[in-house]
Amino acid sequence: MTRKLNGMGDTAGPAIRVDNLKKQFGDFEAVKGVSFEVGAAEVFGFLGPNGAGKSTTINMLCTLLKPTSGAAQVAGHDVVTERDDVRRNIGLVFQDPTLDGYLTAEQNLKLHAELYGVPNDLVKPRMEQVLRMVGLLDRRDGQVMMFSGGMRRRLEIARGLMHSPRVLFLDEPTIGLDPQTRRSIWTYIRELQEREEITIFMTTHYMDEAEWCDRIAIMDKGEIVALDTPQTLKAGVGADRVTIETDDNDAAIAAIQRHFNIEARISEGNVSFGVEGGEQFVPRLFQELDVPILGVSVSRPTLDDVFMSFTGSTIRDAEEDPSKHRNRVMMQMMGGGARR
Amino acid sequence: MTSTREPAVSASLSADGQEPIAVVRVHVPKRTLHSELRAIKIVWRRELIRFKNDRMRIVTSLVQPFLFLFVLGGGLQQLASAGTHGVDLKTFIYPGILCMTVMFTAMFSAASIVWDREFGFLREMMVAPVRRSSIVIGKCLGGATVAAFQGVIVLAIAGLVHVPYNPGLIFGALGLQLLLAFAITAFGLSVAIRIKQMQSFMGVMQMIVMPMYFISGAMFPASGLPTWLTVLNRIDPLAYAVDPMRRLVFDHLNISPVARHVLDPGITWWGWRMPAVLEAAVILLLGLALLGVAIWEFSSTE
Repeated sequence: MTRKLNGMGDTAGPAIRVDNLKKQFGDFEAVKGVSFEVGAAEVFGFLGPNGAGKSTTINMLCTLLKPTSGAAQVAGHDVVTERDDVRRNIGLVFQDPTLDGYLTAEQNLKLHAELYGVPNDLVKPRMEQVLRMVGLLDRRDGQVMMFSGGMRRRLEIARGLMHSPRVLFLDEPTIGLDPQTRRSIWTYIRELQEREEITIFMTTHYMDEAEWCDRIAIMDKGEIVALDTPQTLKAGVGADRVTIETDDNDAAIAAIQRHFNIEARISEGNVSFGVEGGEQFVPRLFQELDVPILGVSVSRPTLDDVFMSFTGSTIRDAEEDPSKHRNRVMMQMMGGGARR
Repeated sequence: MTSTREPAVSASLSADGQEPIAVVRVHVPKRTLHSELRAIKIVWRRELIRFKNDRMRIVTSLVQPFLFLFVLGGGLQQLASAGTHGVDLKTFIYPGILCMTVMFTAMFSAASIVWDREFGFLREMMVAPVRRSSIVIGKCLGGATVAAFQGVIVLAIAGLVHVPYNPGLIFGALGLQLLLAFAITAFGLSVAIRIKQMQSFMGVMQMIVMPMYFISGAMFPASGLPTWLTVLNRIDPLAYAVDPMRRLVFDHLNISPVARHVLDPGITWWGWRMPAVLEAAVILLLGLALLGVAIWEFSSTE
């Protein structure tokens, strides 16, 4: 690799190495000992419902939260003992906006460059480059207050890149954005990963977005339940997913069990089950099932199905009452998460 | 999965698909004194940029001093004329108003740290690889600069209250204003860092600042007061900023010795009048101590 090194960290090893990392808030165990590695220049997705422990993990990796136990190295530096070295080598895009709305786009980037000690002669060219990458060069003098949500997020990504970090952390970079903007954010992320050979570690709870990642880890209730490429994970689920709408779901589930020996379950109000060759199976279903079917759909396995097969519920079902849980975690982070 | 990809090409298409984007690689050096100074400077500059962009704030923070000076001063003049020995009441309270202006502006500057927390920007500064003290020092210097700038505006109207435009007076007053603004910003920061909500901060400030201002002697001479008020006055730090300011202004007035003696008795400890330099030193030391408190608090949060 001809890449110029940032600081003392070595580029040879993995970008992130996590070993049995735990975080406890009071009596609530938010992260229950996770271990994984992320390779250099990989786009790594962290997936799971709200409250699964994704943000807590990311906060520990970017030195904002002290782990209760376990260890983690980012860009070759320990997140607890070499906090400054980690910080110099990572870029952060938070879930909540952290831009100064009173300043212009350029002033925000300049401020970041000064805080991170970007060499003076490189501030301007680098600023131009990152602004162009996110398509905001012509808005550089605009006050951030006037920017749309998507523009702000793009500017935050640009800012996170100002100091050429080796790892870019994105905590829910697309949350609250419309589908079109989400897509364009992803295009930027992939482009920038190729151009900057940067490692990208991101969390999302949109299943469809995980397809953009090289590898994904699925997190549920503080644990990693699956970790692989999206293709492999989907292949592991194998079967097509058939979803039927009936008047009597319980009877339908019983009937499917009886006639086809397939275990179906209710997800989002409909009866759903996995079966090989879904299209061919549907005519048989209509012929043999004695419960009236109001509607039917067949789909190839998605990451949603992967999530379901590992956790037994869809992301949305798992989030039934996300606000409650989330508030609790936030309160605990604000109150008990104190660190130096 | 450690993929060893080819290094990025140095030029590729931009987001709009038109011009090639050259990749500029940045190497972030280890933290040094120089990088800390850069951090202090940019935090300071941010305060100035924000102040410049916020014209409303420039105007609103001048309302109160002008109200006190012209409405209260002008109105009470009729009652007070017998006791002021021919000196306009507005002239008498002018030094106090010079202090008041920087006080309120400095308070607002310190409040910005509460805003920064509410709007998330504080986080951007907290995660930067710089010392927390650099951020606090930058904020404090920024607040002091902004406050002193407001002070200049009030200094500019000296003629309206029969105070001469003397260079010694102007620079002396400016120096005192800077000093006071620094101390008050440091005090405001040490409070603001602990407070999460703007409303609470404003409440706490009103509770502390208004009494401090009234007790300081900005609106009345600090002699012949009831004992309890004299005691409060002597322990009010603000009194040590108001007194040298008044002495400075009165040094340049052409008034009778009697009027001077009545209106500018100075702060005395058992009959000994404190020299102005010592009073300024009190403010400076207090400011530095409060800055230390603010840094300590800021370093031990989150």
